[in-house]
Amino acid sequence: MTDEIRDLEYAIAEIMEIADGFGLDYYPMRYEICPSDIIYTFGAYGMPTRFSHWSFGKTFHKMKMQYDFGLSKIYELVINSNPCYAFLLDGNSLIQNKLIVAHVLAHCDFFKNNARFSKSNRNMVESMAATADRISNYEMEYGTEAVESFIDAVIAIQEHVDPQLIKPRHLDKQRYMEMKIREQRGEKAPRPEGRYDDLWALDDMQKEETPSEGIQVHHFPPEPEKDIMWFIQEFSEVLTDWQRDIMSMMREEMLYFWPQMETKIMNEGWASYWHQRIIRELDLSSEDTIEFAKLNSSVVQPSKQSLNPYYLGLKIFEDIERRWDHPSREEQERWGRKPGQGRAKMFEVREFDSDTSFIRNYMTKQLTEDLDLYVFEKKGPDWKITDKSWENIRDQLVFSRINGGSPYLVVQDADYLRTGELVLKHQYEGIELDLKYMERTLPYLYRLWGRTVHVETRVEDKPIWFTYDGKKHHRKFM
Amino acid sequence: MSNSHQPYSFVVSREDWSLHRKGYQDQQRHQQKVKDVIKQNLPDLITEENIIMSDGQQIIKVPIRSLDEYRFVYNYQKQKHVGQGDGDSQVGDVIGRDPASQKPGKGEKAGDQPGHDIVEAEVSIEELEDMLFSELELPDLKQKDKDQIETHTVVFNDIRKKGMQSNIDKKRTILENLRRNATTGNPGIHHISPDDLRYKTWEDKIIPQSNAVIIAMMDTSGSMGSFEKYCARSFFFWMTRFLRRQYEKVEIVFLAHHTEAKEVTEEEFFTRGESGGTICSSVYMKALDIIDRRYPPSSYNIYPFHFSDGDNLTSDNERCVKLIGELMKRSNMFGYGEVNQYNRSSTLMSAYRHIKMDQFMYYVIKEKGEVYKALRSFFQKREGGSVR
Repeated sequence: MTDEIRDLEYAIAEIMEIADGFGLDYYPMRYEICPSDIIYTFGAYGMPTRFSHWSFGKTFHKMKMQYDFGLSKIYELVINSNPCYAFLLDGNSLIQNKLIVAHVLAHCDFFKNNARFSKSNRNMVESMAATADRISNYEMEYGTEAVESFIDAVIAIQEHVDPQLIKPRHLDKQRYMEMKIREQRGEKAPRPEGRYDDLWALDDMQKEETPSEGIQVHHFPPEPEKDIMWFIQEFSEVLTDWQRDIMSMMREEMLYFWPQMETKIMNEGWASYWHQRIIRELDLSSEDTIEFAKLNSSVVQPSKQSLNPYYLGLKIFEDIERRWDHPSREEQERWGRKPGQGRAKMFEVREFDSDTSFIRNYMTKQLTEDLDLYVFEKKGPDWKITDKSWENIRDQLVFSRINGGSPYLVVQDADYLRTGELVLKHQYEGIELDLKYMERTLPYLYRLWGRTVHVETRVEDKPIWFTYDGKKHHRKFM
Repeated sequence: MSNSHQPYSFVVSREDWSLHRKGYQDQQRHQQKVKDVIKQNLPDLITEENIIMSDGQQIIKVPIRSLDEYRFVYNYQKQKHVGQGDGDSQVGDVIGRDPASQKPGKGEKAGDQPGHDIVEAEVSIEELEDMLFSELELPDLKQKDKDQIETHTVVFNDIRKKGMQSNIDKKRTILENLRRNATTGNPGIHHISPDDLRYKTWEDKIIPQSNAVIIAMMDTSGSMGSFEKYCARSFFFWMTRFLRRQYEKVEIVFLAHHTEAKEVTEEEFFTRGESGGTICSSVYMKALDIIDRRYPPSSYNIYPFHFSDGDNLTSDNERCVKLIGELMKRSNMFGYGEVNQYNRSSTLMSAYRHIKMDQFMYYVIKEKGEVYKALRSFFQKREGGSVR
């Protein structure tokens, strides 16, 4: 064992002791020291072992190039798993590693305790490795080109999953949909026998009073379906078994990454908050203090055209701590808030919130002014600041985090005009889709569905349908 | 190492990652795909202005749209965003400017904004050349011509046990003798046996002879507009580079003509325009004159290429055909490229269409992309040496 590793181990033990004192609750840790190209590979794939695809190679190349040119640097990478894997860049100084070790402990605490991660598969490292294996077997069996081009198509819609934390009526998607279809046909839903069966009888009595209508249009799906990945994999008539398998595996991976997309600002803010608090407790030399300050400021550095999630999250958490430690007289009287509850409140927030509620609930007027936040948009060739009112800033921030920042689309109709055509509806909320991108996405959707596909959205506030029939694009205003 | 004071354990390790190549493998696959896309777009790329107008040394950026990962995304341009100032931001402040919107005609912006990730592949001109030239070949040359572009030399570069007596390698023979005697326990130079004999042998080396000259001829009369000239320029650009790969030294002579021809510099050739009519025979005469004076066919591979819009004094056509015959006697091939955007009837083509000689080739370019086709047509690969 080298001195370097021994020093690091000593430091980690100390840091963990401090973290435990603060009440951080994390999984067993596996720290791996890796060279830069390995860190960047994991960064691009999001996992140590994942299936092969050129798009990962593209990301890897881009990230690695920025590192090589000194433009950006990943110091660490942490995987939401149990045990928790954290990868440290070979060549980090000891003080850099101390910051990172503290930072990833807080990430791990977040993964373990935040509600959005409650359904996370903590064995995803192994699951993804198994997926990679399966896909590479398919490549051997059906050809690299066939598998690759299929994955191209799946990637085009992979964000469209439903990360439901609570299953309605405790049914999985398939069962729930079957139940809805029966309801639609006026059939009684079969139900488990139980103590309260007599209550169902009341329900039936009511039904008899209003006889069900004779003619009813049966919609499929009975309710708009958000999980386009699931729906297509389940109901497309053109997919083969291996293709359905790949789709379902890629959906699982997306569901695994989803909570991370929903809590980016919080998670980074939480980790930045804790690495600062923990390092403060260490006995640092003056050189180390300066180096720590340098690295810390580069991590939480504000940026002009986009928001640094580390910085924003950190500031909001610090603000929560302050406001609950020292509530104003009004807050004490109106809400009964007692002084000194800062930490307790922070732990509560890290457990129950995601980025949207975090910002909606805890972004204040004071904060937007302190941080000098603004709303900007494009006016002619210029990007201009157009708004500085704090509610609009807050709402805009919340909006940008809804659905992980992706447009919200649902399967509206999978048997359009009784021809089996697929209609997706964009739940328009004031922001148009990128039409060029959409028209290039439709052929992929067509490939997965096998019949004509439509997307309903709005342009210039008018409803419009985009259609791709396998050969040509059409668009028409409704 | 497990830590006993802690409820949780941790491990620090450093593995050997040198065999983990996944990122690089998929990166290579991506680059392969980029290359394929570039290849598909060759016809458009090779007439890109920034290549043709460059000195040919630089790396160029090619936008590759088809390698984007398309998905449903918001229109970044029509979206509002939240940013952060230094403390004194005001409504109305300009925080950025779109680089692409300053260039009219190219509405899409090449930015680093999320969702608008236009891949810009970097290609060196050399790479483009490789792709392009892998599809090209010098036209079949007659047997006697072949002798001229190749020279044979003999290089002694190997030693063998059998050979001609006059090529005996004395030093190595003695060395062998010493070695053999030493191993038999009787050192010294004595009893040279046939086993010891070593001979130098040689290899035939074919060194391509290195001279070629392009006679670039172009109609610079009023009817040749900037589009016509640009096509010709693109063509000559690539042709020159192609021939440079085949020959060590390639010279280019620029002859501009309207009713009379004169030798000009490259600069003048592509930029100067003259008014007036067109008499093509004037340039062919000039070419013949220059070949006869400066480039003897015995030591030069001669490639006269003529670009015109097809306009010629009708009475001159017959003379042109005759002169092309003369030129072809001295040249490896003769190419005629006609840039005819609007498909006008062409006086020259009506005459040239009837020239039935293998070395004579023509191509009519109607749009930029066809420069590529012209190159492929002039320098197409022919199977088994058959002549078209």
